[in-house]
Amino acid sequence: MGYVLKREGLDRALAALSKDYLLYAPVRKVGEGRFTDVDVVRYDFVTDASGLELDAKSDYSFKELLTPLSQTLFYFTEDAVREAGGPGAPGAPAQAADDRPVIVFLRACDLHAVKRLDQMYLGNGPADTFYARIRDRVRFALIGCTQSFASCFCVDMGANVAPEGWLFSLETSGDDFLCAIADESVKAAFAGAASAEKDVTPSHVTKNEVHVRTPSSVPASIYKDPLWDEYTNRCIRCGRCNIVCPTCTCFTMQDVFYTDNGRVGERRRVQASCMIDGYTNVAGGGQYRKSAGERMRFKVLHKVWDFRQRFGYDMCVGCGRCDDVCPEYISFAACVNKLTDACEREEAQDE
Amino acid sequence: MIQDVNVKALKKNAFRYSKVRGETASRVRVPGGLVSAKSMARIVEIAEEFGNGEIFLTNRQGVEIPGISLDDVPKVNALLQQIIEDTKINQEDTSQGYLASGTRNVVACPGKRLCPFGCYDTTAFAQRMDHEIFPNNRHVKVAFTGCSNDCAHVALNDFGIIGMTEPQYDPARCIGCGQCVDWCQRRSVSALKLVNDKVVRDEDRCIGCGVCVVYCPTRAWTRSPEHYFRVKIMGRTGKQNPRLAQDWLRWVDEDSIVKIVKNTYAFIEEYIDPNAPEGKEHIGYIVDRVGFDEFCKWALEGVELPEKCQRATRVYWDGKRYDRDNSLR
Repeated sequence: MGYVLKREGLDRALAALSKDYLLYAPVRKVGEGRFTDVDVVRYDFVTDASGLELDAKSDYSFKELLTPLSQTLFYFTEDAVREAGGPGAPGAPAQAADDRPVIVFLRACDLHAVKRLDQMYLGNGPADTFYARIRDRVRFALIGCTQSFASCFCVDMGANVAPEGWLFSLETSGDDFLCAIADESVKAAFAGAASAEKDVTPSHVTKNEVHVRTPSSVPASIYKDPLWDEYTNRCIRCGRCNIVCPTCTCFTMQDVFYTDNGRVGERRRVQASCMIDGYTNVAGGGQYRKSAGERMRFKVLHKVWDFRQRFGYDMCVGCGRCDDVCPEYISFAACVNKLTDACEREEAQDE
Repeated sequence: MIQDVNVKALKKNAFRYSKVRGETASRVRVPGGLVSAKSMARIVEIAEEFGNGEIFLTNRQGVEIPGISLDDVPKVNALLQQIIEDTKINQEDTSQGYLASGTRNVVACPGKRLCPFGCYDTTAFAQRMDHEIFPNNRHVKVAFTGCSNDCAHVALNDFGIIGMTEPQYDPARCIGCGQCVDWCQRRSVSALKLVNDKVVRDEDRCIGCGVCVVYCPTRAWTRSPEHYFRVKIMGRTGKQNPRLAQDWLRWVDEDSIVKIVKNTYAFIEEYIDPNAPEGKEHIGYIVDRVGFDEFCKWALEGVELPEKCQRATRVYWDGKRYDRDNSLR
């Protein structure tokens, strides 16, 4: 079951959905990239198709909704604490009281990433209430992948086919848009706006240019392997790889006392990066993993080994954003392959 | 053999007076320092056919082809024609080669086309400027550089144009990692600090270099949609009083800069020393003579500077006065 829509029809369908939902989708932000007159594609709220970017991979992921870059959890005065609100309508401050459910437009790999976020925030000890509060409101729309992007390796990570759990799909087809309906509740919004009915199956990628082999076992000796050393020199510890990653979940807290009244303030939760200085700093000035090589080891093993040890599947979904964003052209995919080669080499030596 | 050459006309035609009797060098103009491979190949052809097979890369990004016989000037001009058209140099008469040499090649660093720090399209602005001011026999030097690094050495020009961006900050995207603060200190002017884990920018100190934007991992820092400029004026090298250009305008726009530079030609015509050798005098010496206010009056004629633009009402230059005393004690 599905529809063919013209751009104008898609505008109408999204406008109809906007009555009941907030729409959170990849948007091309013109000129907001690192360099002059370079765009960035990142997530934002939309109300029609004009800002929607369905053809490029988003540089930053949808996770900024579920785990905001910077999120005020509560405000405190001398004797009272007030919890902050959740994400709001487009243009409105995040604290605005808009409790509509949110439809997040994302690709198959990112829908797999949601499972990882849920695992960490909901299925790893007590549920995180601030995460759950947003997560409960989130529904999904699947963006079909008509092609693999240059750095994708979703096939090797098993994240190229979307799991269940999306309401409808959307992808471009020439000048038109194709939409598959998976949930009857959103059918009406499209039925009135479509130019034709059609059986639509969301496109997915079956082959990537990039291939990644994850290790089947990791010997303890890998922690001292010289393979990490090159990253100590190459990596500038900027943490962009973590920030764009749809599965990175680390955060830190900021307790802030307002400058004009030091007895009033707020507690913020901000995304953290295991590559950036300050991560796991401890009392007395101690710092685990000082060098970038050690940090790279921690990150890479977490993505393709340690997480699997605990939950039975790999954390990385192969979206390749970390490879795209790295200013030093460090490839996570290449590093995983180097790791796997080293593991096999060291295991062969042991036998 | 009679060799009767109008040397003044030769020079204005962008051929150099050579110390080698009977020879000259063709000065190829390359506004913005960008030349097509095709034109470069034609320059090579001229050097091999009419020159001595060598090519000088000049300090102002032009090219000089030495070893050309004075007799071959018309033939070289004919070959230069395709290069002149390719580089889009103004030319009312298409049979005579370059129509002036006084207004020097307009220099530009690669700017945003290549450089991560470039704040605007330096090449395009240089080409536009060349189109607005060339050909002209007055000795005017204009240079463009993409950011405050000033790789194009614009501080040695009459007009040095430096790109700026006004950093835009979205606190909701800021995780307080402090990398912008750190890099601003290490690469720029320490205009940023963390207050309550968010970044505060000292607007007066900020030079709009965009280093914070380049290093921000989250896009909390982005560039302003508008491209802004800092204009330094009246820098020069030379025998008498070489000096660096000084800041005159900050947060100014492209159109105002074009008008100001064009206006300056009328100022030169009005006040140039009638005895200046070959009608060439650095504009700075004219400004020194007639006063900065008079220069401003002429340069700003019909210019409405944007509200955001800051203008220095007094500009002071230094530099050694070699025309006074040079003994090193």
